[in-house]
Amino acid sequence: MITGTPKPIEEILQMLEPYDTIILAGCYGCVTVCRVGGEKEVEILASTIRLAREASGKKITIKEVCLERQCDPEYIETMRPYVEDYQAVLSIACGAGIQFLAEKYMLTPLLPGINTGFLGVTERQGEWAERCQGCGDCVLHLTGGICPVTRCAKSLFHGPCGGSSKGICEVGKDVPCGWQLIVDRLKSLNQMDNYTKLKPYKGWNTSRDGGPRRIFREDMI
Amino acid sequence: MLKAFENGADGVMVMGCLEGNCHFVNGNFRARARVARVSRILETIGIGAERIRMFNLSAGEGARFAAFVSEFTDEIRNLGPSPINVARQEPAKIPTGEINV
Repeated sequence: MITGTPKPIEEILQMLEPYDTIILAGCYGCVTVCRVGGEKEVEILASTIRLAREASGKKITIKEVCLERQCDPEYIETMRPYVEDYQAVLSIACGAGIQFLAEKYMLTPLLPGINTGFLGVTERQGEWAERCQGCGDCVLHLTGGICPVTRCAKSLFHGPCGGSSKGICEVGKDVPCGWQLIVDRLKSLNQMDNYTKLKPYKGWNTSRDGGPRRIFREDMI
Repeated sequence: MLKAFENGADGVMVMGCLEGNCHFVNGNFRARARVARVSRILETIGIGAERIRMFNLSAGEGARFAAFVSEFTDEIRNLGPSPINVARQEPAKIPTGEINV
């Protein structure tokens, strides 16, 4: 899923300073799962904003909505009948959703209520961790299902660097060395020969180097 | 919890089972964490972290419940009306010592 963290309320209140009527838009997708932008977070943030504004003597009207997904046009369209009745939209979807809303409603300012994070997993209730950087050229079949691009702090492709010590990466005592994880997994799978099959170098042309990426599926257009 | 403040509460008590005795195993620990979050929000927006607190007691502790309520009510009375209620009414119109818990 795409993860995120709430923006500090002070920052949100500052963004909202010029507005008296807003839509607060959540998303039932990824940000609901990582507890930062779903229906419940819409209610909590709306109450927080209303309380803060009322205490400061400048009341605000908030329409609370939660779209099925802010990254699909058909769900964004559901806001069209009322979006221009409000001065701005504060979205707590991921950066993709917020931008898509902005593209569809050109006359309404869009404000981000969260800081979008990474592609990750729920390790336990309340803790999420990065697993994929979307490099566009997956090698997980060769690395025991552990991504060297993401799990190695340097995104190395040929084993650990000198900063690996007792299975821990030098960037932090709580960060396992990605290559230690890969080698341990390959050994347990009896697939250490995969270690020699890795490409001589990683091509980044499928990653972000060429600017914003686009996928075409001719069978679906 | 925040809705209670929007609806005019000056203080909010959250009552949970004794720690370790929750029917939902760790439900009251999670509730405590949620209360702590709301407390931080209230502090950040200038309403005051001390206006919400969690208490743990069993269903059979009526006297303890009453003591908790009296203690918290006294604390909130000392704090006075929340900034929301102050903003909603002219300060002179708020009866002295009257609070909503």
